[in-house]
Amino acid sequence: MANTPGNNPDDLDGDRRDFLLISTTTLGLAGVTMAAWPFIHSINPAKDVLALSSTEVDLSTVEVGMAITAMWRGKPVFIRHRSAAEIESARAVSLDELRDPQNDADRVQKPEWLIAVGVCTHLGCIPSGQSLGDNKGDFGGWYCPCHGSHYDASGRIRKGPAPFNLKVPPYAFTDDTTIVIG
Amino acid sequence: MKRTQSNNRLIQWIDERLPVFSYADHNVLAYPTPKNLNYWWNYGSIAGIVLVIMIVTGIFLAMNYQPHTDVAFASVERIVRDVNYGWLLRYLHMNGASMFFIVVYIHMFRGIYFGSYKAPREILWMVGVTIYVVMMATAFMGYVLPWGQMSFWGATVITNLFSAIPIIGDYIVTWVWGGFSVDVPTINRFFVWHYLLPAIILGLVIVHLWALHVHKSSNPLGIDIKTPQDMMPFHPYYTIKDLYGLGLFMIFFMYFVFFQPNFFGEADNYIPANPMVTPPHIVPEWYFLPFYAILRAIPDKLGGVVVMFAGVLILYVLPWLDTSKVRSATFRPIYKQLFWLFVANCLFLGWLGGKPTEGVYVIMTRLATGYYFAFFLVLMPLVGRLEKTKPLPNSIYEEVAKKCRAKED
Repeated sequence: MANTPGNNPDDLDGDRRDFLLISTTTLGLAGVTMAAWPFIHSINPAKDVLALSSTEVDLSTVEVGMAITAMWRGKPVFIRHRSAAEIESARAVSLDELRDPQNDADRVQKPEWLIAVGVCTHLGCIPSGQSLGDNKGDFGGWYCPCHGSHYDASGRIRKGPAPFNLKVPPYAFTDDTTIVIG
Repeated sequence: MKRTQSNNRLIQWIDERLPVFSYADHNVLAYPTPKNLNYWWNYGSIAGIVLVIMIVTGIFLAMNYQPHTDVAFASVERIVRDVNYGWLLRYLHMNGASMFFIVVYIHMFRGIYFGSYKAPREILWMVGVTIYVVMMATAFMGYVLPWGQMSFWGATVITNLFSAIPIIGDYIVTWVWGGFSVDVPTINRFFVWHYLLPAIILGLVIVHLWALHVHKSSNPLGIDIKTPQDMMPFHPYYTIKDLYGLGLFMIFFMYFVFFQPNFFGEADNYIPANPMVTPPHIVPEWYFLPFYAILRAIPDKLGGVVVMFAGVLILYVLPWLDTSKVRSATFRPIYKQLFWLFVANCLFLGWLGGKPTEGVYVIMTRLATGYYFAFFLVLMPLVGRLEKTKPLPNSIYEEVAKKCRAKED
């Protein structure tokens, strides 16, 4: 039946039919692609989620040698009030020894405050080292218990499987003892 | 089933192992379709596409919706205000429900006018009625989810219909609620059903199409396909006809989505649900209004519920109530008029369903309910036997050829 003369569109006007088929299909696909965007974009972070993406932290109560953990975008941010000795040890490291070479000075705004996202760059666990009795690893910084990554007092990766240093989030001092992260 | 016509070796290789290509060819491309289908035959495919739109928008809405009485209302507002394009997803889904019913009602009236339910298509019709019933349940539970005043009181009133059942009624209502009022367990389970039932509708649609493809589409003349000359391949003739109709329908649909998104809704549903206060004038969504009118026409609780459900379920036995051997109303002068009166009566019932139950409205509702049932139970069986029908054409092909010649002259 499909091949009855007069029924087969190819017999009628091949070129015109091809043009119509290709142009209709192209237009249809373009339309479907454009219609897909609102669906794809709808599962990106919503406006209220984006509105929560900065966190203010008061540092006035954090004594030298203490550390606090702030929450920013659902993740912990390590804030350590470093001693002179810690700053000295972080500065003394030669870049050649580092897997992800970076000067301590490039990782801080004020040397006594180290601020870094507390998520191991290996597979996302939270390293220990914030509390007094915690294992701080072989380099006096943090130690990730999941797969044994060691970070130094500048949050730089020194040993273990993690490829990068702890990430420094965008932040700014609004006065001497207050920061806004994000 | 014949093998694929493609010369492509890869297509042949796949088709021998999983015959998707010959299946598509058999059921979509070369699928034989009567030559004389008019635009009333577009609504089946449009309904299928609306179902897909409802499922896709629903999946993405569900990613941001929270089925708990404390946060459901706020989560819907968050979708509209904060979620990227959330307003679009919600308004597509909300208006899509109304569009689905508009399309399905036209599709059903088409079936009734052209006698599409008659032998050998009774099961095709009954599967369709089942789809309609499941659709109603899905729509009702979906309307509860935004947890506005209409959601809450609609849920309360509709679930209370079951309390009309003697002896066990109250237990059933408590069971449906999962408590002693519409509350956290109710909204939670309604969300689950609302997400599950569309998958069941999709399955029923496949069965509907399966039954359809056994005896193929009916047609406006209501006569059987006799020779291959009566048919033509679905593609490209009906793909393009369906696409054209779909384009017009989408303009209609998008007008509401973009310019009148709350046209079909009730303002009261933007007030968060309050179990302590019933809104003064509660009405169901427009697509339930004719049945709501029937419910209120009967001055007895159980009676009203029974008659209302009968109004829906009577559609199942339509193939046996209609005694006429002629399918299409085109050749049935008396039935044709009764049919249009029936359509007008359904719209009238819908209008009455939104009116208060007092004075003249009550009488009109009872008369309209009377005609609704008389059409099925009295007129269909009688007119089918007594009516003198017009002569049927010999074949679809002859009629089509006649029309073509008339156009050329």
